[in-house]
Amino acid sequence: MPDLPDPLPYAGAPAPDPWAALQAFTAARIALGRTGTSVPLREALAFRLAHAHARDAVYSVLDTERLLAGLAALPLPACAVHSRAATRPDYLQRPDRGRRLDDDSRARLAGPAPAACDLALVLADGLSAAAVNEHALPLLRRLLPLLHGAGFRPGPAVLAAQARVALGDEVGQLLRARLVLVLIGERPGLSAPRSLGAYFTHGPRPGLTDEARNCVSNIRPEGLGYQPAADKLFYLLCEARRLGLSGVGLKDQSDLLAG
Amino acid sequence: MPYRHTVRGHAYAFDDLKTLLARASPLRAGDALAGVAAATYEERVAAQYALADAPLRDFLRHALVPYERDEVTRLIVDTHDAEAFGPVGHFTVGQLRDWLLSDAADAGALAALAPGLTPEMVAAVSKLLRNQELIGAARKCEVVTRFRNTLGLRGRLATRLQPNHPTDDPRGIAASLVDGLRYGSGDALIGINPATDSPRAVSNLLHLLDAVRAQYAIPTQTCVLCHVTTALQLIGQGAPVDVTFQSIAGTQAANASFGVSLALLQEAWDATRSLHRGTVGQDVMYFETGQGSALSANAHHGLDQQTCEARAYAVARRFRPLLVNSVVGFIGPEYLYDGKQIIRAGLEDHFCGKLLGLPMGVDVCYTNHAEADQDDMDALLTLLGVAGCTFVMGVPGADDVMLGYQSTSFHDALYVRRVLGLRPAPEFEAWLVQQGIFDAQGALLPAAAASPLLGKLPAALR
Repeated sequence: MPDLPDPLPYAGAPAPDPWAALQAFTAARIALGRTGTSVPLREALAFRLAHAHARDAVYSVLDTERLLAGLAALPLPACAVHSRAATRPDYLQRPDRGRRLDDDSRARLAGPAPAACDLALVLADGLSAAAVNEHALPLLRRLLPLLHGAGFRPGPAVLAAQARVALGDEVGQLLRARLVLVLIGERPGLSAPRSLGAYFTHGPRPGLTDEARNCVSNIRPEGLGYQPAADKLFYLLCEARRLGLSGVGLKDQSDLLAG
Repeated sequence: MPYRHTVRGHAYAFDDLKTLLARASPLRAGDALAGVAAATYEERVAAQYALADAPLRDFLRHALVPYERDEVTRLIVDTHDAEAFGPVGHFTVGQLRDWLLSDAADAGALAALAPGLTPEMVAAVSKLLRNQELIGAARKCEVVTRFRNTLGLRGRLATRLQPNHPTDDPRGIAASLVDGLRYGSGDALIGINPATDSPRAVSNLLHLLDAVRAQYAIPTQTCVLCHVTTALQLIGQGAPVDVTFQSIAGTQAANASFGVSLALLQEAWDATRSLHRGTVGQDVMYFETGQGSALSANAHHGLDQQTCEARAYAVARRFRPLLVNSVVGFIGPEYLYDGKQIIRAGLEDHFCGKLLGLPMGVDVCYTNHAEADQDDMDALLTLLGVAGCTFVMGVPGADDVMLGYQSTSFHDALYVRRVLGLRPAPEFEAWLVQQGIFDAQGALLPAAAASPLLGKLPAALR
């Protein structure tokens, strides 16, 4: 009977590099260590898990039932609409379709003619419905009292599926809103798969481009928290109403006020 | 003058050259979005048949974007080298394809031909090539550029160390920088994408990079990828600008959306060269491009995105760049939907750039909303290594925490150098050996090995 070969020595999982203390200065993936030219398995799997979270976020869907119930409790009347992008792959490849309402949604919003309002709200899935599911209601619970206190008359809220930011302009026009505020899931990063963006437009109508909008981004507890985000949006929306504009002409000087 | 081809009794007609090019282009999301892609698989191949029969001279007779309205067209037409074009002047696109793949087309012949080719001719021929042919033809080209080291030599693959940080924190940047150097990255460039374009912030980063480079006497060049107008202002203030960066595109209108013109780029080129900071050469421009940028600025004039991209290389070529980088997968799935489209585009861009005489690198990358992952990037990186790509990116762990996308890591560069026997730029390679980072055979030494780099950290980290 032949001898079994000696077991291979295993020195243990590759250690991080000796300069791992530098990790304190950055969230970048430094001092990973290696086996051969490859990263250690723990890093390979951590990367894969982060990417999996980002991919799941891209394919997540709005929790319509819970969001409608949450909006009703605020209280805000609300309805659900859909863009012209039929599916997620269609949405990803055809940004033009994600910017417009489908015929059925348009007909429902168009009639009967609603009363004009100061602010229409759109909760759009964007590239991370999970971000909207998680952050939209906590943000609105802090923002709406501020807006009511300043005399804003919010119109209905609209849940929009397969939607891009510019879809809010069509919604805002149909609802005869002076301002439209779109809360939308941002493109997931490896470290932030559920980050909410807030965009608003004064005088919304289809065809406007980015320079007509203002944006507050990275809204999530680990980024810009709910209360600071609500305060910043409140300041900007008041300024937009006062000046009658939005976009590049509206500068955020809330820091100066706070100082 | 329509181009025609008949398949099984169906006569396809393509009204003009730009329509023909667009219909002949391998499928990608951006051309469908623009409404210029072939409607069927058959139409695409019919267009490729018709394109193969199109004389190269047609590209000199018919500007795809009007000469009167577009300075990139004027640049292409006015700088075309008729003498260099002469030997292939009687060819069709298909004949050029056959010649490029033949043994007669060696490095010398390709270098001599480059000034005679227009970007549109190169884009056209690329549409007739399979991936292996894009690789095989590009591999024959050798484009060498110099600043503080020598890039593009055969058998070499350089890396741009990209130590970005979301808030430009000097310690965060220095930490990634040390990590990258310790992994042998940074011979093409040490280049930061700044979080802000403010001149003061950019100046601080320039001084940080220059101090690190000087402290360790690294034979490489540094860059902060600010807007060219910011760089010009900082050059005027005496900031240490080795290399001037700018994003460019293939039409005047798209360049205008980036806030640049040929005159502005010329001014930046002159100003940067006037500093004479290079030691082995004075190639001082670094350009980034990417398929889809013209369409995204609504400035594509009905051209397909790959032809627009090739026209950007005419802009780059004018300023004899040190490096050109196609940031291929950054733009998103509405232009390049999945790994297959990103891989194809990366190989096309590298091929077209090299054929036009450019030091072409590729940011092998993807965003999280593209149908792509690390396996696709491994494929493209390996293919580009085989194709003789000038440089790729070096990002810690492949995860750019500032730009929010995935590129190639320091480890990836070690992998592709090892499996393909590729080495860093010679001056940088010697420095790595001297620093105890690489051994004489080019293998990374154990992390515990003594390294002057760790013995005295950059000031930002002390």
